[in-house]
Amino acid sequence: MNSRLPVIVTTIVFLLGFAGCGLHFPHFASTRVVGNLLTDNAYLGVMAVGMTFVIISGGIDLSVGAVLGFTTVFLAIAIGRLGIPPLLAFVLVLLLAGAFGAAMGALIQFLEMPPFIVTLAGMFLARGASFLLSTQSIPVGAPLYDTLNAFALHLPGGGRLTFITLLMLAVFAGGIVLLHFTRFGSYVYALGGSRASTALMGIPVARTTIRIYALSGLLAGLSGIVFSLYTSSGYSLSGVGNELDAIAAVVIGGTLLSGGVGTLFGTFVGVLIEGLIQTYITFDGTLSSWWAKIVTGALLFAFIAFQRLMSGGGFRRSRAGAAAA
Amino acid sequence: MSATPDPVPLLEIRGLGKSFGSIRVLHEVDLLLRAGEIHALLGENGAGKSTLIKCVTGVHGRDAGTVRLGGRDIAPRTTEEALAAGLATVYQEVNLLPNLSVAQNLYLGRQPTRFGIVQGAAMRRRGAELLRGFGLDIDLSRPLGSYSVAVQHVCAIARAVDAQARVLILDEPTASLDSHEVEVLLGVMRQLAGRGLAILFVTHFLDQVYAVCDRITVLRNGRLVGERACAALPRMELVRMMLGRDLEETVSGRAVAEGATRERIGRFRGLGRRGAVAPFDLDLHRGEVVGLAGLLGSGRTETVRLVFGADKPDAGRAEIDDRPVRLHSPRDGLRHRLGYCPEERKTEGIVAELTVRENIVLALQARRGLLRPIPRREQDEIARRFIRLLDIRPADPERPIGLLSGGNQQKALLARWLATEPRILILDEPTRGIDVGAHAEIIRLIRELCADGLALLVVSSELDEIVTYADRVVVLRDRVQVASLEGEAISVSSILHAIAEGDGAASADAGAAA
Repeated sequence: MNSRLPVIVTTIVFLLGFAGCGLHFPHFASTRVVGNLLTDNAYLGVMAVGMTFVIISGGIDLSVGAVLGFTTVFLAIAIGRLGIPPLLAFVLVLLLAGAFGAAMGALIQFLEMPPFIVTLAGMFLARGASFLLSTQSIPVGAPLYDTLNAFALHLPGGGRLTFITLLMLAVFAGGIVLLHFTRFGSYVYALGGSRASTALMGIPVARTTIRIYALSGLLAGLSGIVFSLYTSSGYSLSGVGNELDAIAAVVIGGTLLSGGVGTLFGTFVGVLIEGLIQTYITFDGTLSSWWAKIVTGALLFAFIAFQRLMSGGGFRRSRAGAAAA
Repeated sequence: MSATPDPVPLLEIRGLGKSFGSIRVLHEVDLLLRAGEIHALLGENGAGKSTLIKCVTGVHGRDAGTVRLGGRDIAPRTTEEALAAGLATVYQEVNLLPNLSVAQNLYLGRQPTRFGIVQGAAMRRRGAELLRGFGLDIDLSRPLGSYSVAVQHVCAIARAVDAQARVLILDEPTASLDSHEVEVLLGVMRQLAGRGLAILFVTHFLDQVYAVCDRITVLRNGRLVGERACAALPRMELVRMMLGRDLEETVSGRAVAEGATRERIGRFRGLGRRGAVAPFDLDLHRGEVVGLAGLLGSGRTETVRLVFGADKPDAGRAEIDDRPVRLHSPRDGLRHRLGYCPEERKTEGIVAELTVRENIVLALQARRGLLRPIPRREQDEIARRFIRLLDIRPADPERPIGLLSGGNQQKALLARWLATEPRILILDEPTRGIDVGAHAEIIRLIRELCADGLALLVVSSELDEIVTYADRVVVLRDRVQVASLEGEAISVSSILHAIAEGDGAASADAGAAA
């Protein structure tokens, strides 16, 4: 099987979808729409980068949406009520989120617990902690926020690459280097291939696992910062279900949920596809927003079926003998 | 043969002992490995080969003894430490990562980097050079999983050797390879020995042992039987060392069945499966016990699995009552009234949590289909009948079968198949893992069943037992049926002879098999 094929198919689906939207709505195919698409999904992209590492290593991280929520509330309180300088608050929350992820990774590694359960508990914990901080939606008013949000690279045709877009693109670029061009990246794939074999090959499995979840936590915290900049507020219910959007983007991008195979470029296209569906619905104006969920679900389903067929596991040969009676 | 072995041992294992709980699995085992030699480690099931390897390479700790490598004591606690000391192990299951590229597999953990970035091109170049040394010219950027198992094995060896290994341990590397792939691998082994590596080769295939090995160490029941130079050890003697015991001449207690009265039930022609067992012919008659003998890994279990339909044959045909049938799944086997008691009683046979009664009616229920449940009263009656008939103890049909002794579990399994009223019953190592008293009883049962008109096919490593109950003994070696002994020709020594030499006896019986 050609491991690049799923990514190619995903990319073609996105391009066709974009072209279709462009034909349908006269102003769709513009740098303005593309710029907004990227800005609106920057937080999801950052989160999906961490999720890609986790899923390729054969794990899952359900806590990232809750960590995003916690981060927005933490920042709103730290900056707005406690008067902590925003940059310091960013550093603090990133340390906190990274340590939180590392702790989950350590539990998964040393207690040999399934990542699903550990990060599910982490999700409740982080969400509960953000409620503990505040149940209100708190606006964030800081000069740094205004400065960062005002910054943008202007594209020909009126489009803008905002600060958070650039941040997301940088995270993707850094992630691609880390995943595809370093030893750590190869260990991530190795873990997804077989934990037992990886250990027998003398690879530090424990350290790698902890780092993967720490990275995912860190990026979830960063996506919280992006979300905080994007909305200029902190709310304990923000990011509910976002972990599932991130997983969907990763899988649509051609990463196998069972681990071992996948690319960050694919995840990027996966994020774009999810954003495209949302944008289409916004343009249409008459469709309800749940159509985004329905189309995402259908796409996810189609991609998983496609991967199954491609990986040769396909349809099991029926036992001819049993039918011969 | 490789270059003349260096007389000074490179790896010196002395008095190694190991217990699991209260069970001693290794008693004072010695093993000497010289640089540049290929050394076979042989022994039947439970001889302790795997445990010995694991104790040396740090997978298990050891209770007693010393391991010296190049004159220095070593005590690795993990496989990484063993590797660092110069001991590399390649297992039967390739422990590499099929989803990574060949190059990544060769250098994972040791990839050349510059500023933290893996130098992919340099890695592939070095890897290609390394693999060319093993006669492999392949695209290193493709995933390892896209290559054959033999190539994967060579990659595993290349990885191990490139990591500065001085001793290479190969644990049944050839078990899943075809004959051409085996040749490639043996060539690689010779070449490595020529470079001065010491190779410990664990295998079941005696032909391969004689093809490449310099010396042989035989273990039996966790004890050292002896070390011999390969050239000075006749095959017959080797088999005797491996099977051991005092193989006194037990004479077949059975008269040759009258040829005229034997009613043929099963007839198998050219049945075979690639990688499992070469095509073979087999006839099964009413009231006859056919024994299958051979060393571990000779294809005995594979043979009976094909006969039953547990595995799908890729060649040959099967006839029951002179009518062609297809036996491609256990359900086919059941429908044609074949029964199969597998060797792995715990994993493939009993359902430990279910009661004796439920275990006994399991196969019968499967044959009837789920839509026609057996009434409880009928179940009770069946269970009681067989508990009485086979003397299963304790005689409580409602006791979970996991609580019974091995011998009684075996009897309950027999009862399961007898309840389906089979015409051909296959028993794979029926006396393994049960106490000596129960052995005699199982053998008595085998004879009684046979007298009732069943056709029995029995796989057993206990040659003296086979001799007492079999009317005909089929001998396998290296997955090929090499002999068929009948009547007075059956004796422990004739079976041993057939296992060791593989021919001679076969011609004597060519007529009977046809």
